[in-house]
Amino acid sequence: MWVTEINTIVDSVKTVAQTGAKQDTGWIMHHVLDSRTLDLPFIEIQLPQIHLFGIDLSITKHLVFMWVSLIVLISFFIHISKTYKKSLVPHGATNLSEILIIFVRDEIAKPTIGKGYEKFLPYLLTSFFFILTCNFIGLIPYGSTATSNISVTATLATISFVVIQVGGMMKNGFFGYFKGLVPHGMPVWLLPIMIPVELLGLFTKPFALAIRLFANMTAGHIVILSLLGLIFILHTYVVVPVSVSFALFIYLLEILVALLQAYIFTMLSSLFIGMAVHQEH
Amino acid sequence: MDLAHLAAGFGAALTVIGGAFGIGKLASSAMEASGRQPEAAGDIRTSMIIAAALIEGISLFALVICILLALK
Repeated sequence: MWVTEINTIVDSVKTVAQTGAKQDTGWIMHHVLDSRTLDLPFIEIQLPQIHLFGIDLSITKHLVFMWVSLIVLISFFIHISKTYKKSLVPHGATNLSEILIIFVRDEIAKPTIGKGYEKFLPYLLTSFFFILTCNFIGLIPYGSTATSNISVTATLATISFVVIQVGGMMKNGFFGYFKGLVPHGMPVWLLPIMIPVELLGLFTKPFALAIRLFANMTAGHIVILSLLGLIFILHTYVVVPVSVSFALFIYLLEILVALLQAYIFTMLSSLFIGMAVHQEH
Repeated sequence: MDLAHLAAGFGAALTVIGGAFGIGKLASSAMEASGRQPEAAGDIRTSMIIAAALIEGISLFALVICILLALK
C-alpha cells in the first residue's frame, strides 16, 4: 500500500546522494535570520533603509518585533500599576505579574545578591520580562524572535557587564574591586596565573550569556523548520504525521526553553552581580 | 562534496553526545538526592536547572561553530 510513497522517498534520497543535488534550503535561513522586509499574511512590507553618518541604521524585522515587545511590556505594566490604586489585593492579571515579580525577587535576587539587592532589582526585572516577551512573541505565527539575533543578545550581555562592573566598583571602590577579584590568602607564586584568568573571566562570563541565549533561541526554530521542511524535500505525504508530531513536540519544548532561558539569563546576571558586590564569598 | 558540511555534521553529533552524557549524569544524581531527602527537592531542582543550562550553553558554543561551518 505504501510502496509508491516509499519508492518516492528512496528515489529522492538516491538522487541527492548520487548527484549531490543541492536542495533549496534557503528558506530556513530566511525565516531565522534578520531581514529588511516584514512578512505579514498576504502582504510583504519593505522596511525603510536609513543610513546615518555611514552607519547602517535601517529598520529590520527584529527591530520591529523589539518595538512590539516594548509596547506590550509598557502597556501591560502601566495597566497593572494602576490597579494597585484601587486595592492592595491583586486580582486577575495583576496577580499573575505579582507571582512573576515575587519569583524574581525571592528566588533570583535575594539568594544571590543578599544585602542591598533592591538597587539591582529594577534591572533584573527588566531583563527577565524583556527576554521572556521577546521569546514568546517569536513563537506566535508570523512573529520573529528578536533574541535570536546575536546583536540583541550581545547588547543585553553588555548591559549586564556594565551593571556588574559598576555595581562592584561602587561597593568596593575602583581599585578595591580589582584587588578583590583574586581570592584572599593565595600563595604569591599563583598570582601570575590567577590575575589573567580572573581578568579574562570578567569578559567570558557575559560572552557566554550572549551566546547561550542566542544559540538556544535560534536552534529551536531551525529544528522546527527542518522537520517541517522534510515534507517538502522528500516530496511525499507519508512523512506528514511523523514530521508534524515531532515538530509539535519540539514546539512545546521551545515554550519551556523560552521560559528557562529568560530565567537563566537573569539568574546568572544576578549571580555575577552578587559575586562582584560581595567579593568576600 | 564539501568537507565543511561533513565536519559540521560530525561536530554536532559529538557535541550532542557530550552534552547529553553530562546532563544525564546530572539528572540521575538529582533524582537520587531527591529520593533520599524529599524536603530538599525544590532546592535540588533549582540547582539542577542552573547546572543543566550551563552545560547546554557549552554544547551550544560548539553548535554555533558547526552552523558557521555548514553555512560556508
